[in-house]
Parts: sequence; C-alpha cells; structure tokens
Amino acid sequence: MIKTHQYDVLVIGAGGAGLMAALHASKTATTAVISKLYPSRSHTGTAQGGVGAALGNLEEDHPEWHAYDTVKGSDYLGDQDAIEFMCQEAVKAVYELEHMGLPFSRTPDGRIAQRPFGGHTNTNTGKPIRRSCYAADRTGHMILQTLYQQCIKNNVTFFNEFQVLDLLIVNGVASGVIAMQLSNSEMHIFHANAVIFAMGGHGKIWKITSNAYSMTGDGEAIALRRGIPLQDMEFFQFHPTGIYKLGILITEGVRGEGGVLINGKGERFMERYAPRVKDLASRDVVSRAIYLELRQGNGIDGKDYIYLDVRPETVNKFALEDSRTRPDGSPYRVTGEELLAKLPDIIDFCRTYLGIDPLDQPMPIQPTAHYAMGGIPTTIRGEVVLNEKNNTLPGFYAAGETACVSVHGANRLGTNSLLDLLVFGKQAGINAAEYACSVNFQSLPADAADFAREQLDKLRQCEQGTEHVYDIAQEMKEVMMEYVGVFRTAEDMTTALNRIQELKERFQNIRLEDCGSVFNTNLLNAWEIGNLLDLAEVTTVCALARTESRGAHSREDYPKRDDRRWLKHTLSWQKEGEITLRYKPVVITKFQPKERTY
Amino acid sequence: MEITVKILRFDPEKDKKPHYQSFVMDAEPTDRILDVLEKIKGYQDGSLAFRRSCAHGICGSDAMRINGHNRLACKLLVKDLHTTKITIEPLLGLRTIKDLIVEMEPFLEHYMSVKPYLINDEPPPIKERLQSPEQHQRFDDTTKCILCAACTTSCPSFWSNDNYVGPAAIVNAHRFIFDSRDQAAGERLRILSERFGVYRCHTIFNCTEACPRDIQITKAIGEVKKAIATGSLD
Repeated sequence: MIKTHQYDVLVIGAGGAGLMAALHASKTATTAVISKLYPSRSHTGTAQGGVGAALGNLEEDHPEWHAYDTVKGSDYLGDQDAIEFMCQEAVKAVYELEHMGLPFSRTPDGRIAQRPFGGHTNTNTGKPIRRSCYAADRTGHMILQTLYQQCIKNNVTFFNEFQVLDLLIVNGVASGVIAMQLSNSEMHIFHANAVIFAMGGHGKIWKITSNAYSMTGDGEAIALRRGIPLQDMEFFQFHPTGIYKLGILITEGVRGEGGVLINGKGERFMERYAPRVKDLASRDVVSRAIYLELRQGNGIDGKDYIYLDVRPETVNKFALEDSRTRPDGSPYRVTGEELLAKLPDIIDFCRTYLGIDPLDQPMPIQPTAHYAMGGIPTTIRGEVVLNEKNNTLPGFYAAGETACVSVHGANRLGTNSLLDLLVFGKQAGINAAEYACSVNFQSLPADAADFAREQLDKLRQCEQGTEHVYDIAQEMKEVMMEYVGVFRTAEDMTTALNRIQELKERFQNIRLEDCGSVFNTNLLNAWEIGNLLDLAEVTTVCALARTESRGAHSREDYPKRDDRRWLKHTLSWQKEGEITLRYKPVVITKFQPKERTY
Repeated sequence: MEITVKILRFDPEKDKKPHYQSFVMDAEPTDRILDVLEKIKGYQDGSLAFRRSCAHGICGSDAMRINGHNRLACKLLVKDLHTTKITIEPLLGLRTIKDLIVEMEPFLEHYMSVKPYLINDEPPPIKERLQSPEQHQRFDDTTKCILCAACTTSCPSFWSNDNYVGPAAIVNAHRFIFDSRDQAAGERLRILSERFGVYRCHTIFNCTEACPRDIQITKAIGEVKKAIATGSLD
C-alpha cells in the first residue's frame, strides 16, 4: 500500500529558497518540506561572501544603483521589472534576516557590515561600492542555519531524505509529487494544491565545479519530463576563482577585501580587461580574462592556473596604487589578523586542501562551474510559466537556482543568488499559500506513482546491464568542460552534442550493483545522472542556437552581442527525445541596452 | 600510492551484524577520504552507502570514524593519515542504518531541545538591531557549527548514556545564550542545568578535537556551566 499525505502546500528542497518559502507558506497554509538532504546540508550553506542590499551602511547607496548594476551584469538579458522589484525588496529581506537572528558581521557602530563585490558600483563614479552584507565568509551557512532555526521555531513539517521523482499534474493543475523515502525505498504520494520547486541547480554537469554532489538539476529535469519549458539554459556561470583542480569556491569577497589576480608574469592582468574596477569586474568578464591569459601562456609556470593573491603586503601595495580608502577616508591597509577574521573559512580551505597559508602564499585558482542563470521560468510571484505568452501552470511555483525569474539574465552578479532565493522564495511561499487555500484538491488518478516507478525500474538493472554509470557521468563532465565551457564554438558544441547523445544511449543500458531497498544510493545516483544528461543536452542545444556572445555565453565564432536578433529569452522543451526552442522578449523598463564595460 | 581501506559494512537486508571489508586501491596523497570512498563506490562496490554533499567541510554530511577519530571524510587527505592502512567506521552512539549511514534523528532531537532559534518578543526596529563587534564576538565561534555530529558521537558521556544532550546541542544553546539580541538565556540555562544537561560533560576534550570547524567546544560548555553556576552571562 502506497503511503499518501495531504498538505495545502508542498515545498520541494530545503535550501534557502525552500526554507524561506516554507516559513511564509506555513503562516497560512498546511505546509510540508520534502528534501533529499537534511535541511542544514543544502548547498545554500556553501555561499560565502554576502548578500547584496543597498543598506548604505558604509557609503551612499540606492536600490536603483543595485538594479542598474544587476541589469548591466546580466548583459541586458535580465527582466528589469523583476530586477527592480528584487533590489527594492533586498533591503527589507536583509533586515528580516537580521531580525530572525542572523549573526552578521558588524561595523564599529553596530550595524550590518558591508564589503565590495564584483560588478557592484556607485552609479555616479563607476567605482566599486560596499553593498554585500556578510557574516565573515560563511554568509550562506548563516542564512541556511537561521532559516532552519526559524522553521524549527515555527514547527514546519519536514520529510528529510525523501527524493522527489515526479510532479503530478491533474486537469492542467499541479496536484502533488511522488517521492521515495531513501531509508527504505518506499514510494509516497504527496497530494497538494500547490507545489514549490526549490531544488537547486545542475552544476554537476561540468568537471571542475564548485557545486555539491547533490546539485543534479532534479527539479529542472522533472519539470522538463512533464512538458514544462526551461529558460535560458545556455547561460551558466563559471566563477573565476575555484581552487585549482578541486573547483572549491574561493569567494569574490577575497578580492573585495583587496586580493588581486596575478598571472605567470607577475602581472595584475585585470587592469587590461577592466580598467575601472579591475579585479572586481563581473564574473563572466574575469573568467574570460583568466582563460585568455592561460591561452597566451601566461599561466603560472606555463600551467593552466593563475594566482589569487591576498597576502597583506600585496593587498596594501595595490590598495595604495588604486588610492583605495576606508569609509572614514583614511588609506586602506590590512593586516593578516584582519584578513583571518574576515576570511577564516577560505584560509582554512587552503590550509586543508592545498597545504598553503594564503597569508604567506598566493592561491592557485582556475574558473569553476558555479551557478545556473537559467531554470524553470517564473513570474515575479513565483508562478511557473508555460510558454512565451507567460501563461502559468496553476498551483506550480519555483524559486531559487531551480528557477529563472529572470533577474540574472546572461550573468549573475555575486551576492544576488542569496538575494534571489530570499526575495523570490518568500514570494513563492506567500502566493502558493494564498492560491492553495482558495482551491479544492483535485482527485488523483490510481496510477499517479507509475511514471516515477517506471523510471526507477528501468534503472534497477542489476543483471542485464553492461554500462558503468560512473564512467558515463565522468565522460559527460569532461565533454561539457572541454566543449561547452567558458568559450564556445559551433564545432565544439556539435561534438559535445553528439557525445552527450551517445552517452544518453549508453545510459539506457547501465548496470547497478545495489538492488537493495535500504539507502540505495547507487540507484539514487543513477537517477541523478540521468537528470544531468538531460540538462547537459538542453544546455548544449540552447547554446548552439544562440549565435551571439552575451554574458556567460561566449561564442568565439560570434564574438559580439547582437541585440537586434538575440535580446530575447530562450525557452526549451523536450518532447519524445527532441528538444524544441522558442523565444520570448526581455522586459525592459528604465535601462536601455548599451555597451558593457567595467 | 597503494592503500588498503577497511570499511565496516552493514546491510540490514543481508547481514546479521556488521563486518569489515577491505579494498586495495591506488590513491593520490592529496585525495580526500571522500574521494577514496567515491572511487570504491564507483569502481569496486556500488552498494557502499555513505552520505556526502558539498565535499569541502561545510554541509556536515560525511562525519565518520577514520582510523579511530571522528572526521569529515571530505576534510581529511590521505597523506594526513601518515599510513597506507585506513579503517573507516560509522559514527558511534547512533544506530547504523547501512554501512556508514547512521540515524540522525536522536541527534537532531537533542539539538532542538535547547530551543536553537532567536527568541526576542519585542517588536524589531525598522532597520537592524544594533550589536557591537565585541558583542558579536562573544558568540561568533559557536555560530560555525554545521551539525555534523562529530563532537557528540566522540563523547564518552554520550556513549554511556544517549539521553545526554551532547556537545553539539550545548554549542547551539551557547550561540543564543550569549547573543545580545536574545532574551531566552534563562530558559536555555534551565534546560541545560537538568539531569542530562551540561553536568554530564567531564571535560574530556574529545569533542573539541573532533570538531571539523575548530569550534572551542569544551570552552563553550565551560562558559555555559559558569553561567548556570553564577547566574550571570558576563
């Protein structure tokens, strides 16, 4: 007998977006959170450098400036109504977190501390601005902990270590999900009036990645299988500073505190690529600059990495050159002790994984796959959009990295992902609860769990299969890294597409070694790799079609942005194995597209 | 280098009791123990079960006993063990569900028992509540906790009686007791002064050694004990 549960609202995923949604939905509607991880394991916890909000605690700032930077950072692909809304709400969202108890770092007078971050500027001067509100270099950890604490306080119901496998749509209305309890492989039907997907991104399709093992695009893949489009999947952010070979994130906050990028010739090369803001240019710009340096043989000792240098003497030397000052107007100078207090985790990572102390030695870094700008398209209210006419699917909501509102467009600014999940997680929660309480439950068909079960049964081949699922995953990651990374060409991406399609064929014939029912992570991982393969294919198809360069999508064969043909969002559908693309316009309010320089 | 990895296996569907299984394999000295486990799962035995997510010491999924010490598998490198023989076992004191996966619910119940959330019933100001850097520093260390359970499951007092709330719960109580914005220190101190509270701690320091976040746990527990004894948070 399959277990059935009923709630007004289901939140799938217990990261920042999911917990924020759950906190707000549970105020007015019966709500359950279903997550494959314990909430405190979610990937939000790894965010480091801060959340952007124009509090103006250390210098003049305005939400309009934040909005302009976000639009420019998005290479004009972000929807400006959503961006303006997010930047206005940012200030409230950060105070709301503080009131929940988030232990922000503090200014000497006791207010929330703020630091500079890439792409965030004073609109009048074009110089970097202190906008990122931070808790040392563990801001995401503190957001995740604080939201989880508030959920405990408010008695939110959790189903932890349940893998959601399918979205139920009945009479054109989202009506629940099917999930498997990992501890015993039992299937559960969760019946609901509203479902919120907040399941994170899909950064595990690339080899060098900052993403957790669990970031396998489950939400996007489930939506795709149910005929829901994905938006702007060609845009995936490579963060400039991942630890060499490991991909572990080194926050932009390091450069915010004065760290600089140095090539094998000892040059601070960002001066050439972004004369005004230098190392604090947007992430797409910096990642490309690093690749170009490496290509010119300017890596360290001719290898494929460069240095991020935050030694106090280096920071102070370049701060002097830049005439950088503290808020009180005095020259900016740092000591090792101050850096250790502001960046303790980064210093710990380097000591643990590299055996070096960043206060004495520079860190070897390379760009690392980091964040999906694309995802399930939604309105500002968090409602999932079905087509280019913005028709919505009643009862279905999405927020966070799974979703695409779109506030990040072609390139996200640092600090805006935490902001996105706070603002739009809340919107999804409030609106889903309001909707759920206004409608009646659809009756579910008797075969509701069949599609989910079929997917698992196909994978549970312990006898007949021959292909090794880990080999397939490894090859996919290498192919995507090599051919659909920072720089792209039609030739490379065609190669990638063929290879991914071959891998998808081989995936049909995998062999599992665990056919048990208790914590069968072999089965779970195989299902996740199936999701990644689907998303790798969609990413490549969308990227091949977009014959221009914009934000994180850099085509060597089409090096210029082409607003006349491509100032539009991509929508991609997967039907019977075929991917089809259509497009929808970008919302432009105040900021007309212009050339983007830093 | 060649290493031998001995893992305590248990599959409730097949085994009556746990047993060791050895895997011989190649590893880089800079491999994380988690990389080693992934290689075993990927290429030697897909049925091996363990939790993992972020792989760099932040999510707290992969605490386990490695050569007798509680560690995060993702935060320990092969070379740091100074031996080619590696023994990996599940955390002690929590029921093993399968292989290296233990039941987390009892651990989380202890955590929740100390009211691990800000309590302040006054209406908040429009902007932030002010808190000086010194006030913030008072509880900064204990905000680093990732709930990995390495501390609690290294504690002999917890092994002998799992009703003891354990170091992780006390760390999280400390995080709020000494937060100038919180108003429920008295309530938490009362909970921790009960039979299964702080006085079960015999300052053995295992927790502090086990903490992958370098939280000064024994010190934090000492501060809570002192606050109970003196009735003062100074």
